[in-house]
Amino acid sequence: MLSVEELHVHYGGIHAIKGISIEVPQGKIVTLIGANGAGKSSTLRAIAGLVRQKKGRILYKEEDILHRSPEHIVRAGIAMVPEGRRIFPQLSVEENLKLGAYARTDAANIRSDMDWVFELFPRLRERAWQKGGTLSGGEQQMLALGRALMSRPELIMMDEPSLGLAPLLVREVFEIIAAINGEGKTVLLVEQNAYAALKIAQYAYVLEVGSVVLEGTGEQLIADPRVREAYLGG
Amino acid sequence: MSLAMFVQHFFNALTLGSLYSLIAIGYTMVYGILRLINFAHGDIFMLGAYFVFFGTIAFKLPWLPAVLLAVAASSFAGILVDRIAYRPLRDAPRISALISSIGVSFFIQNLAIVLFTGIPRPVQQPKILTGIMQFGAVRILPLTLVVPTISFVLVLGLLWIVNKTKPGLAMRAISKDIETTRLMGVSVDKIIALTFGLGSALAAASGIMWALRYPQVHPLMGSFPGFKAFIAAVLGGIGSIQGAMVGGLLLGFIEIMIVAFLPALSGYKDAFAFVLLIIILLVKPTGLMGEKLEEKV
Repeated sequence: MLSVEELHVHYGGIHAIKGISIEVPQGKIVTLIGANGAGKSSTLRAIAGLVRQKKGRILYKEEDILHRSPEHIVRAGIAMVPEGRRIFPQLSVEENLKLGAYARTDAANIRSDMDWVFELFPRLRERAWQKGGTLSGGEQQMLALGRALMSRPELIMMDEPSLGLAPLLVREVFEIIAAINGEGKTVLLVEQNAYAALKIAQYAYVLEVGSVVLEGTGEQLIADPRVREAYLGG
Repeated sequence: MSLAMFVQHFFNALTLGSLYSLIAIGYTMVYGILRLINFAHGDIFMLGAYFVFFGTIAFKLPWLPAVLLAVAASSFAGILVDRIAYRPLRDAPRISALISSIGVSFFIQNLAIVLFTGIPRPVQQPKILTGIMQFGAVRILPLTLVVPTISFVLVLGLLWIVNKTKPGLAMRAISKDIETTRLMGVSVDKIIALTFGLGSALAAASGIMWALRYPQVHPLMGSFPGFKAFIAAVLGGIGSIQGAMVGGLLLGFIEIMIVAFLPALSGYKDAFAFVLLIIILLVKPTGLMGEKLEEKV
């Protein structure tokens, strides 16, 4: 569904991504793991169209979206849950969700999709009129996920969705990711929590300083001694 | 001071305040989205007044179409300024766009002097607005009722757009987080253009009413009202539309009442606004209704 080929990204003078290639098949969960600064977020940001200086190819359903704008990419069916949730704190929960559906033209279905998001995250329904900024960290993460779902994406990219959450909530987030995937959405997941990510993903890539150093199914990587030592604490 | 006099001053203040408010809203909207003080804003105000002047005098248009055309043309001019002078600098440091706006302001003023000559020209008021209305001892110019009413309606319309429509939602989102708003599929440049268009339309409306109130137009007429409205926006809390309204009205009242109650100080009327600016910046830089500066987590 999505294939990234020989992607290079530059930030100012820094060569952040040095020719990585990844493959995200339809209906699967694929994860990118690696240390801070390995280039995981940059990869997602490049796919979403937020990074200007880049080379290579990003094929989504046979279309090269490398130089497309974020507006175009959302409409093509790729949504992103950005790092740090980035909900709109001064807007209500409902307005946040409406913004998620901004690119859509089928106004009639937006209401029912909002109901669906509220079923997925009942706590958001209770707080529909509250400002996003008044929600707890976990609720904000739910809102960020719900907001991304409102664009009816086929591929949903998540940048560190469990970051900063209490262990119980982390488990809930991963259950939700599995549930979203169960609805037929393809997921590209970037995570610090390597163990949980590898458990849930069908395929995974390990990034180090801008390159893919290892890849395999989630199980293979959990069993790999190099991964165990570097990312799973021995 | 007699009550009748006070009522007259009250309406004069309300009128001046409304005119400041309309301009201030444009400053505050652009600042809210781009963190840019658009110093060319006062010159759009001037263009609006000139467009109506030419529409009614040179093309002999009736007032209503002349006003609507002038507002539309000024709105377009505002969008053009953004497109030419600010959009190429979106990724540049903020100070670059600010300097660019000062350049645009000088450019429009000097272009106006070349095209329209620097001579002030008298504006013919429509008949319906001439004369004086008498209520007992109170004598009121019709304009001092019309200007606040029109301003009020325009502001209500703007608030409706910002708070109830989809582009308005996008505007509010952009003012907090441009990048994430783009991820929602919003064409940020279009929304910014809309912001300039709306702000410029309000400035033009203000300029037109200003030209009727002090019945003349000249190429530098936007300069002082522009600065004053900027002060009003800072006073109210720059970035807040409600703040700009309140700040504009407050400044209008302060200026009129100083002259009314302390005629000896009337020569310092203009200076007072700038003293006020310095005081706000020292004491409460976020203004009366400005948001607290949030710490980024």
